[in-house]
Amino acid sequence: MTPGWELVIGLEVHCELKTATKLFCGCPNVFGDQPNTNVCPVCLGLPGSLPVINQKAVELAMAIGTALHCEIRPSTFHRKNYFYPDQAKDYQISQYDEPINVDGQLDLPDGSRVGVERAHMEEDTGKTTHAGASGRIHGADYSLVDYNRSGVPLVEIVSAPDMRSSAQARAYATELRAVLVASGASDGKMEEGSMRVDANVSVRRSSDEPFGTRCEIKNLNSVRSLGRAIDYEAERQIALLEGGDRVVQQTRHWDEDTGRTVTLRSKEDAYDYRYFLEPDLVPLVPDAEWIQAVSDTMGPMPAVRRARLSELLGEPDGVSASRADQVATVVDLGLDDLVTAAVAAGVPAFLALARTANEAATDAEAARRLDPEPYVALLTMESAGTLTATQAKAVLAELLVAGGGDPAAIAAARGFEAMSEDSLTATVAEVVAAHPDEWGRYCEGDDGERKKLGGFFTGLVMKATRGQADGRAVAVELQRLRG
Amino acid sequence: MSSPRPSTALADAVRSGTRSALDVVEEHLAAIEAGDGEIHAFNLVTAELAREQAVAVDRRVADGDDPGLLAGVPVALKDNLCTRGVPTTCSSRILEGWQPPYDATVVTRLRRAGAVTVGKTNMDEFAMGSSTESSAFGPTRNPHDATRVPGGSSGGSAAAVAAGFAPLALGSDTGGSIRQPAALCGVVGMKPTYGTVSRYGLVAFASSLDQIGPLATSVGDAALLFDVIGGHDPADSTSLNRPTPRVLSVLDDGVAGLTVGVLTEFLEGAAPDVVARTRQAAEALAAAGARVEEVSVPEVALGLSAYYLIAPAEASSNLARYDGVRYGLRVDAEDTVTMNSHTRSLGFGDEVKRRIMLGTYVLSAGYMDAYYNQALRVRTRIIEGFAAAYARYDVLLGPTAPTTAFPLGAKTGDPLTMYLSDVCTIPSNLAGHPAISVPFGAGDDGLPVGVQLLGPALSEGTILKVAVVVEDSAPAVPSPARAEAVRP
Repeated sequence: MTPGWELVIGLEVHCELKTATKLFCGCPNVFGDQPNTNVCPVCLGLPGSLPVINQKAVELAMAIGTALHCEIRPSTFHRKNYFYPDQAKDYQISQYDEPINVDGQLDLPDGSRVGVERAHMEEDTGKTTHAGASGRIHGADYSLVDYNRSGVPLVEIVSAPDMRSSAQARAYATELRAVLVASGASDGKMEEGSMRVDANVSVRRSSDEPFGTRCEIKNLNSVRSLGRAIDYEAERQIALLEGGDRVVQQTRHWDEDTGRTVTLRSKEDAYDYRYFLEPDLVPLVPDAEWIQAVSDTMGPMPAVRRARLSELLGEPDGVSASRADQVATVVDLGLDDLVTAAVAAGVPAFLALARTANEAATDAEAARRLDPEPYVALLTMESAGTLTATQAKAVLAELLVAGGGDPAAIAAARGFEAMSEDSLTATVAEVVAAHPDEWGRYCEGDDGERKKLGGFFTGLVMKATRGQADGRAVAVELQRLRG
Repeated sequence: MSSPRPSTALADAVRSGTRSALDVVEEHLAAIEAGDGEIHAFNLVTAELAREQAVAVDRRVADGDDPGLLAGVPVALKDNLCTRGVPTTCSSRILEGWQPPYDATVVTRLRRAGAVTVGKTNMDEFAMGSSTESSAFGPTRNPHDATRVPGGSSGGSAAAVAAGFAPLALGSDTGGSIRQPAALCGVVGMKPTYGTVSRYGLVAFASSLDQIGPLATSVGDAALLFDVIGGHDPADSTSLNRPTPRVLSVLDDGVAGLTVGVLTEFLEGAAPDVVARTRQAAEALAAAGARVEEVSVPEVALGLSAYYLIAPAEASSNLARYDGVRYGLRVDAEDTVTMNSHTRSLGFGDEVKRRIMLGTYVLSAGYMDAYYNQALRVRTRIIEGFAAAYARYDVLLGPTAPTTAFPLGAKTGDPLTMYLSDVCTIPSNLAGHPAISVPFGAGDDGLPVGVQLLGPALSEGTILKVAVVVEDSAPAVPSPARAEAVRP
């Protein structure tokens, strides 16, 4: 970021709701099915069809509002009119001036707070594929439209222009994703488009100045793209302003390959959406009881769950960066219960966290279904030294595949026995003696060198013992030999 | 002495096994065959389907089952009601060939009641018009005088009933499209309270105004048809989730003790012969024991202007989907936008284009508040005006249309004059209230005159029983000759 400038960012996040059926009809809300198989008169916009609101979608929208500390209000739907082939009715049903959720906020792990102006409901469009060289609608040989996504429920979460760096924007998107997943509203899969982010970016000389002219960036398919696009766009705007030009309000498209944003349309060609109240729907007026019932079904949000796990680690004031990542992963994947159960049974918190965040997380779905009892039993064996880390990981993999089992029986069936301390000491000594050069560099080298060679020796010991050695015990022995 | 109720009598005869449904439908198909070449009430006659339905009804009767309230009664369907596997065109080229994959809720309810659907009736394109002349398939002619229009937009349904092609028909009424053609063709037509009849499967013109309703040769038969099609439908979010007014049991209760207001504003714009018939109907009600007074509801005079902002605005959005992408007409072109444009240019007629442009304009940034939002405020004032009147009167009475049926082509060159045909019917749509047109003698030209009864929301029972009294005291109008062919 060029010095002397302040970046101002607001994000609009579209979140597909995890309902069984679509927003206004009974078609399945499923990603990846054969094109145009999950369609009916309503989501195809056939003449004479009418929308009927999905109660579950309203409840998930209210769950998002609750999680973001919004005021949940009586709301209405409007029609947003514009022609596009993937828009079955050539208008989108969306909430406009009376959205269901307003005035919320999201607290980020760094302690900053980002305002949420609104989180409103709307329907998704179908999906167009343009055949031909350009891949865009202009110059396409022909276009194919899949209406499976047409009418899938969305909540659009509009932040206040409160963010001041691309890192903060990334943190917001990451935290919001975690909240959406935790509230049960979304699966948070950016790669499947179930969470889509648009960024409004402007720059100004100082925070005393009014906001600069903003550009909206679309096509951000990952948190990483979001950060890159914001940084590129900020520098583009600064270069314009420093060159004496002005920023023109535009919608811009992020090109992942070139790492640039390009003009999509200017404000002058912006659509006139001719919003008016949707006459086919009636106002949505949730009473206090319904709002409370939704709130009652919700578990704690990620920030609270992360704090709980950090507390287990005995580091309530904040954990180291790598531990923080592990905590975030566990919370993100909803594996808190495995960690908590293991720690309650006396497994060291760092071990419970590491196994859960690194190994159980590789098949989170299986891990979420796993009964904590065998998992706790396995980690207890590992922490007692009955199994090495490598052996414990192998047993865990089998537990996940089988959906449970007796870890002791699995270990026995595989012939796993932890090595005795004497035998380990002897093996380490042999390996060290066989590689005097490397040993020398291990003893004299810097931290990086020592880490690298530590791995080298551990590998050799593992090979010699066919994986029966405990990696941590090897490391301890190497340190002891070095003196 | 009550007027005959031919459809009710037909259903009773079929249910009791005195007449066969197949015999009834053959008779009507023969009447259509003989007369519809001239009248053009139908876009499509579904003769084979009708025979199948009739045979099924007869089989149920033979099995000792009761096929329902409309057993064996032929019903004509306006061509904007979706029928599964049967073309539904809205009399527009843009939908030519499209076959809905589903039935409208009202169609399902008709079938469940044992009715026999005989075909799809002609209409103004997308129900936009008052004469059935904006149909892409040519106009319908008035059975009383084939040089005259049948009114519109449900002109095909009204003409079909008047000509004896079907004793019952369904129409849709957005600004008078059931009542005005009913008046011009000398039949009964009712627009029910908004939300009492499901709109699911009715191809939308203006969603906040559209309502499906019955056309019949008698008030009692219209009530019977309303009873069958009405009631809550979860597929329509604007469908009222409360019991529909019970109408059949109160039909013959009379008007003693009721108060009737004769609407000054409706009399003002009407032709003298129509005004004379309306006053005569008022006198008949007074003679039957009602208290009758003239009343002014000044707000209703604003209805026409508000309607021609609100209805086109909604239409411009409702008709956007006819873009050539998914169904109906497609005029291929180099790119999608040009394809959309060419398809719509060729597929829509002038009146539809006029209203789409008008509606798009009144919703545009910078104009919306002056036009569309202003019209919504006027709509609220009309509702308030009616509320004040209904605090004092049970029903209001006025003409249905300002004149009797006008000659074909008389108003097609002047849209504003055409729009004035609906000046007396539009206010009920804006308010969402029920209203019914009942034939009451003839004008100076010998053509039918209709008088209209209006009531507050869910007052169908009241306006129908008043309508029965009007009907019983109405001067006779000779039936169109071809209707004689069908024995009631």
